[in-house]
Amino acid sequence: MLVWSKSGRALVWTFAGLLIGIVYAAPLAIIAMASLAGEWNGVLPTKPTLEHYASALSGASGEQLQASLITGAVASLVALGLGTWAALALRAMAPLPRRILDVIFFIPSAVPSVSVGLGLLVAFSRPPLLLNGTTTIVFIAHFVLISAFTYGNLSAGLARLPPDYEQVAESLGARAFYRLTRVTLPLVLPYMLAALSLSFAMSMGELGATIMVYPPGWVTMPVGIFALTDRGDVFEGSALTMLLIASTLAMLLILSRIPTKAAPR
Amino acid sequence: MADATLARLSRPSVQTDSFWVIPPLLVLAVLFFYPLSLIATQAFTNGTGPVSLTQFGAVLGSAVFRSALLHTIEISISASAGCLLLGFVIALVLSFAPFPGARVVARLIDTFIALPTFLIALAFTFIYGSAGVLNGALIGALHFETPPIDFLYSPWGVILAEVTVYTPFVLRPLLATFSLIDIAQIEVASSLGAKPWRVVREVILPAAVPALLAGGSLCLLLTVNEFGIVLFIGAKGVITLPLLVYDKAIQEFDYTAACVIALINVVLSLALYFVYRLLVGRLGGRRAGLV
Repeated sequence: MLVWSKSGRALVWTFAGLLIGIVYAAPLAIIAMASLAGEWNGVLPTKPTLEHYASALSGASGEQLQASLITGAVASLVALGLGTWAALALRAMAPLPRRILDVIFFIPSAVPSVSVGLGLLVAFSRPPLLLNGTTTIVFIAHFVLISAFTYGNLSAGLARLPPDYEQVAESLGARAFYRLTRVTLPLVLPYMLAALSLSFAMSMGELGATIMVYPPGWVTMPVGIFALTDRGDVFEGSALTMLLIASTLAMLLILSRIPTKAAPR
Repeated sequence: MADATLARLSRPSVQTDSFWVIPPLLVLAVLFFYPLSLIATQAFTNGTGPVSLTQFGAVLGSAVFRSALLHTIEISISASAGCLLLGFVIALVLSFAPFPGARVVARLIDTFIALPTFLIALAFTFIYGSAGVLNGALIGALHFETPPIDFLYSPWGVILAEVTVYTPFVLRPLLATFSLIDIAQIEVASSLGAKPWRVVREVILPAAVPALLAGGSLCLLLTVNEFGIVLFIGAKGVITLPLLVYDKAIQEFDYTAACVIALINVVLSLALYFVYRLLVGRLGGRRAGLV
């Protein structure tokens, strides 16, 4: 519509196709290829094999998939609960304290993940709470880093909610708890699912804070991938990366399939 | 009349509901603000000693820190500029010269937001690394003595990887903004004889400024804090603040130096974050789908 001539359009499309191909398609394709490579001496890999996937799914790497999935599920569910709670509570407040608290709940998203990890290390390596070297500290790190995003999604969702439904329910005599569970929460369910998807995906890919705090028995996939590639096992690292991508996308797909009564927007 | 009744009905519940904010606030205080305050304490007291600035002096005086700070700023500004440029070009094509399947492509690029950032760094080492595809092909074809493509191990490697990873954050608000532009406006301008790039400059670009400002400042924040890409590329000469915090704490066990650097990094990030909020607040970017 901006470019009218046929040749001009072909030129623009070729340019865009090349650009998007080089920037986005090539990296994914190359990792997929590396994960299947038996040998890679020339330009393209040779001797395709599924060996790297087999070793990524068994033994230490297999445990990493499990650790990542559990960490992601726990952290994002807790973040969803508390984020929804905070967003609902803030809605009922006066404008000024509400704006201040809004900033406070958002701040964790602005702090570098490595610093969040360092803070947890410093804070929980001393009494009263000794958590250094436990799995809990990994969960906490992930929760802190994703909490702002769940809160943000939910408060955006609540802000878009027309107040009519709740007011009608209230005027018909619905108590606060009934109103919350039967009217408000079903209406923001799409936003809750979106928040859950985003925070689960973030947790699956989290590296900076995890690498600071993880105990030997709880290695998440990103940390494992770094350990593999750092010591030169790039093909198995690629296979584990493909598994990380696949499990993240699968979870996003599952969550997007959950039917909600209220469609977003 | 009905509105007034409703307002009166909801008034009392507003008062009692304020207490509900305390539990999530308490959790955040213990798990986030308490650790953050201990970073500051350790940075100023060296663990147990009296308050002093000697630790800051030692860190600020070290060449490693100054080079890390410079690299962080250099990489962050260049990568954000790159994201704005690439995002603008891709958004233009997807919105105003859409090819068949453009919507699917837009959604696929958007899912990159959900993928880990180090993915691109890993892919870059396969493509542009010293033993990567491109160098392999060039050495095979033209018989170079050393790998001819070596940008990956300079700041450029990190910058290009970050441009790839963070462009979707610019693309999202831009596509939202462009979908609001009246196509008729562009068609009228074109039919009156305006060349495409004049339409871009005089009609599309002004409309895109809010989205570019919001997306660009978000990119600045994210690139200052980026860790995975720098770690995975692992070039010796390219160290940024988050990587230096990791090195000091995990490799050297120097927690005080790590805390000083982390504190400086956090202050820098928070400053950028408030700029971002200010811009988004002014321009109503929340509606454009930004967090």
